[in-house]
Amino acid sequence: MTTTKSPTATQAATRDAVRKQLQGKGPSVGASAFKFLLIAMLSTSIAILVVLLSDLLVSAWPTFRDRGFGFVTSGLSLNPETAGVWTGILGSLAIALTVILLAVPIGIGAAIYLEEYAPDNNLTRWIDTTVRNLAGVPSIVFGLLGLAIFVVVVNTIGLGGSTGGKNVIAAGITMAALVLPIVIITSAEAIRAVPHTIREAGYGVGATKWEVIRSHVVPSALPGILTGTVLTLARAIGETAPLLVIGVATGYFGASADATFFEKLTGPYTALPVIVFSWSRQTDPAFADTLAPAAIIVLLVVLFTLNAVAIYFRNRFEKKW
Amino acid sequence: MATTSPTIDLSGNPNRRRRERFFKNLFFAAGFLSIVISIAIIFSLAEEAWSFIKGLIDEGELSSLWNVGWFPRRGLYDIRTIVVGTLIIAFIGILVALPLGLGAAIYLAEYANPRARRMLKPIIEILAGIPSVVLGFWALTFISPEIVQRIWESAGVFSMMAAGIGVGVLIVPLVASVSEDAMRAVPLSLRQASYGLGANRATTTLRVVLPASISGIMASIILAFSRGIGETMIVFMAAGAVGGSLFTVNPLDPGQTMTAAIASLAIGTDQVAGEGLAFQSLFFVGLLLFFLTLFLNWASSRVVRRFRETY
Repeated sequence: MTTTKSPTATQAATRDAVRKQLQGKGPSVGASAFKFLLIAMLSTSIAILVVLLSDLLVSAWPTFRDRGFGFVTSGLSLNPETAGVWTGILGSLAIALTVILLAVPIGIGAAIYLEEYAPDNNLTRWIDTTVRNLAGVPSIVFGLLGLAIFVVVVNTIGLGGSTGGKNVIAAGITMAALVLPIVIITSAEAIRAVPHTIREAGYGVGATKWEVIRSHVVPSALPGILTGTVLTLARAIGETAPLLVIGVATGYFGASADATFFEKLTGPYTALPVIVFSWSRQTDPAFADTLAPAAIIVLLVVLFTLNAVAIYFRNRFEKKW
Repeated sequence: MATTSPTIDLSGNPNRRRRERFFKNLFFAAGFLSIVISIAIIFSLAEEAWSFIKGLIDEGELSSLWNVGWFPRRGLYDIRTIVVGTLIIAFIGILVALPLGLGAAIYLAEYANPRARRMLKPIIEILAGIPSVVLGFWALTFISPEIVQRIWESAGVFSMMAAGIGVGVLIVPLVASVSEDAMRAVPLSLRQASYGLGANRATTTLRVVLPASISGIMASIILAFSRGIGETMIVFMAAGAVGGSLFTVNPLDPGQTMTAAIASLAIGTDQVAGEGLAFQSLFFVGLLLFFLTLFLNWASSRVVRRFRETY
């Protein structure tokens, strides 16, 4: 009995010993701890976002429960019962429109020059470095640029109105200058991703450079350009600091009912993020504690919608070469 | 006898050539505009900054640049106060963002499977899309009372600590995405060589991937620091509208940064009336800020070039 069992026992012992040798020392405690630490860091980042959003939603909820959509469609007021964000939405829209009209065409044009035309010389390298540096300049410095130059220019060409140039036109130009480098960088990336064969196909049938750009390069790069542009708009809408420097209205103001479009355009203005800022500074807790978070939720809804549009463009039109 | 070989004009339709030239010049002008904007920034800042310095010299008050505190409307322009405040807040921001951002980046680049990555990465990107005015509000209404004042009871409602943590939350996505890109650029063959020698994933990450991508990670930290220095709204809202202008190195005190000093002067919340050189001092601080961030961004690209491993 024992003689038949003994070889199997020895075999099992040998098998275990060999397996142990092959497997090393088993799962390392240090490696598991490292992985756990990484997961903890990632979870903390995500938890911050969840706490941030839920905290704001809870504070904002009473406003939306009591006022519904009326909070979005009513204008500035000194009375917390009737104050809304509509004035800010209009201001942010006007700024976004200026950015679309100025920064987007100029930015795409500059990207086309850098990627398609620019010779490899010092001037090109200078432009390239400048664009990259401008993208890293703090936004408040663009506010100082706007205060020193754009406000004065707007006033000089007769668009100053009652604010002496500190109006939404100057704000739009300042924002356009602020986001221009971002438009250039994202558009240049999209244009660079278009393969050379696409261009050569155009040249092959006798097209000139501009014709190739218009009919081949830009259409092929359009999804990337559009994605970048929409994200740029989100940036311009969320930015506050430069507006404070160039004289956005941080208090209550009202336009008289018979003001012309020109008077409204050149008069005092505010923007969605500026409303968040000025309400959060009010001593009246109705403004600081419930209306400011509600304005934040409106701002975040606008920004998330823009981001969703960008993701849609990227997924819907993205080309794999 | 004259050679009468037929000459063929190969230069093409002159209208077409004119159009080509027109568009080339148009695009060049668009590209050149960036240089114009940069020059405009430097000139508009330098002009007023110079008249500020000159005004101080004329009044014989040059020492007010490093005395007492930052009260521009009373003629006290202590640059130390706002530079030290700026550095403290940006440093706290890095202390918060470095472990969170780098940990998230390592997990996403080295541990997460593709499906988890597709789900987790957009969440970090959402955090990147939160505007700074929202984080400023949250730093004041949540981080300050719920975190800072609970841990340090001596802290007031406004503190550089709350603002610094808020800045940290702002730059987590920046550290995470730049570092992750750097780690994903490390070729797979290096990892496989490490596994082939019997190393586990943690050892491979710490001894192979991190050293190979250190240039990108360092660049992300410098960029994040530069971003923290240039951040306005969080600091302006959470670090102190009250009493933030006296020199202090205690992060639990209210503080003033270069950006917040510009913003509060511009909208007139620095309490004290009066004029003097206050308007010009705005541009002086702006010029300092411009060159400081320019230097940091230059340093980050230098680091990438200097320490980059090429495969």
